[in-house]
Parts: sequence; structure tokens; C-alpha cells
Amino acid sequence: MTFIKRFLAFWYDFIVGDDWVVAVGVVALLTAAGVLAHANLQSSAWVLMPVGVVVVLAISLRRATAD
Amino acid sequence: MPALATGAVFLVVSAFLASTVEMVEALTIVLAVGVSRQWRSTLIGVGAALVALAAVIAALGPALALIPIDALRVVVGALLLIFGLQWLRKAILRASGHMALHDEGAIYQRELAASRLAQDGKRSSMDWYAFTLAFKGVFLEGLEVAFIVLTFGANAATDGTGSIQLAAAGAAIAVVLVTIVGAIARQPLSRVPENTMKFVVGAMLTTFGIFWSGEGVGVVWPGQDAAILGIVTFVFLTALLSVRTLQRPDRQTLGGRVPAAVTAE
Repeated sequence: MTFIKRFLAFWYDFIVGDDWVVAVGVVALLTAAGVLAHANLQSSAWVLMPVGVVVVLAISLRRATAD
Repeated sequence: MPALATGAVFLVVSAFLASTVEMVEALTIVLAVGVSRQWRSTLIGVGAALVALAAVIAALGPALALIPIDALRVVVGALLLIFGLQWLRKAILRASGHMALHDEGAIYQRELAASRLAQDGKRSSMDWYAFTLAFKGVFLEGLEVAFIVLTFGANAATDGTGSIQLAAAGAAIAVVLVTIVGAIARQPLSRVPENTMKFVVGAMLTTFGIFWSGEGVGVVWPGQDAAILGIVTFVFLTALLSVRTLQRPDRQTLGGRVPAAVTAE
């Protein structure tokens, strides 16, 4: 069990890193962009992607610098 | 330059820069262990790690090709985007003084001291401590590069701008280059602008992560592949503005390095 825990913890740390906000933010952003794209709101979808990433990055940086 | 060629150039450059940064960090560990312990066992550990990394790429590469394109773009693109943002985030925090820059010299001294203190792990002619440390150092640092090679290469293959093999070639060139320079210098490569390189790689991974994961969820980018140039410009400018905005007024540097305890990555 300890090995499995350590294995999962390694991959969590490797992919998510030290700020889970980035991972959660990206998933939320892609979900929203997908909904807009499939609702035929393409111009909103492609604008949302880079802008949304900047927002996620800003939130993450704010959390890091506040700490 | 046509969009396809631009994508291929970005792919090779990103893999090369990422590999250079990680191999410089691995070189510091290898040098410390080799100098303080035994070179033969250390170099065997390095070789074993490189073979293991090549095996990971060789095994997972074809497996990724079996995944449907849209699913590949979403999942792998999202992973690339998360990874890129993590690198970019740390590079911004280091550049603005909120996190200590990577100090290869300090890490070298720390690893050297630890290796000298470690008990003699020799069985027959093999120093297993040296082997293990060298293997772990190269493998773990190289795993990030393998991740970039697989995710970036797999996505590039879906739109014909590159391939895993092309990305692996960029990474391999960096391994050879760092090995040669390290063998000549015989000391940690402290002058390599690691944070600048991580900044560039982070921005590129973020750009392509945005583009491919967006395509995967159904976004139609204006100008198709040409949109990548717009996205990369936007990401770079945003990141530079972030550094400027977050720059600590009390930040003191010595030759561009913040003197403080080195933080682990």
C-alpha cells in the first residue's frame, strides 16, 4: 500500500506540481471552451482559451506571492 | 516561414532547451557523485538511466499513436498545458525574485558533502551508492524531458508539424552537448542561463498546449496553424509583464542570482 501511495504521490507531484490551482483551472477552462465551441460560439471559444490561461496563471502567481 | 515548418522548429527547440536545462541539473549530481565516490559506477548509473528513458519513450510513443486524435489532443494537450504553466510559473517567480534561482554551485557542494558522508556501498567492484544516485538523478531529471518529448511530439504528429522522433532528436542533441561540455569543464555549468531557458520552454509548451487542447475540445482557431504565432506572442508578453509586475523592490542579486537557500524544483 505504501508503494502504491508513493507511486501515486510521485505522479501527482510530477504532473500537478506544487499548485493544484493550475491543473483544476486548465480542466475547467477546457470544459468551458468545449461547451462554447459545441454551442457554435467559436469566437468566444478561441478568445476564452488564451485569456483563461492568463487568468489561471495570474491566480496561481498571486497565491504564490501572497504566501 | 510556413506554419508547418515553424511548428517543427518550435518542437525541436523546446525539446533541446528543456533537455539542456534538465541535463545540466543532472550533470551537477553526476559530477558530485563521480568526484567523491567512483567514476565507473557513476557512469554505469548514467548509462542505465539513459537507456531506461529511451525505453520509456520507445514504449509509450507507439501507445500514444493508438489513441484517437481528438482524445489525444485533449488529454495530452491538457497535460502539456499544465506542465508548461508549471514551468512558466516557476520561471516568472524566479525572475521576479519570489523564488531563489537554481544555484548549480551550491547544489554541487551539497551533493558532494552528502556523498562523502554516505557509507561505503561497495559490493565487489561496484559502488551501489554512486550507481543509485547517478541513476536517480539522470532518470528523474530526464523524465520531465521524456514527458515533453512524448506530449509535444505526439500532438505535433497529429497535424503533421513534427513527431516524437523529431522531439527525441532535439533532446538527444542536448544530452550529447551537455555531456561534452561537462567532460571538458569538469565542474557544474553554473553559467547556463537555466531560468531564461525554462521561461522560453514554459511559454512554448503553454502555447502549444493551448492550441492543441483547444482543437481537441472543438475550438476552431482563426488562421488555423498561423494562430500559434499569435498565441505565443500573447503568452510571452503576458509572462514578461508578470515578471515586471511582480518584481520585488527589495530583491538583491549577485550576478543575477538571488543569494538564498536553493529551493528544490
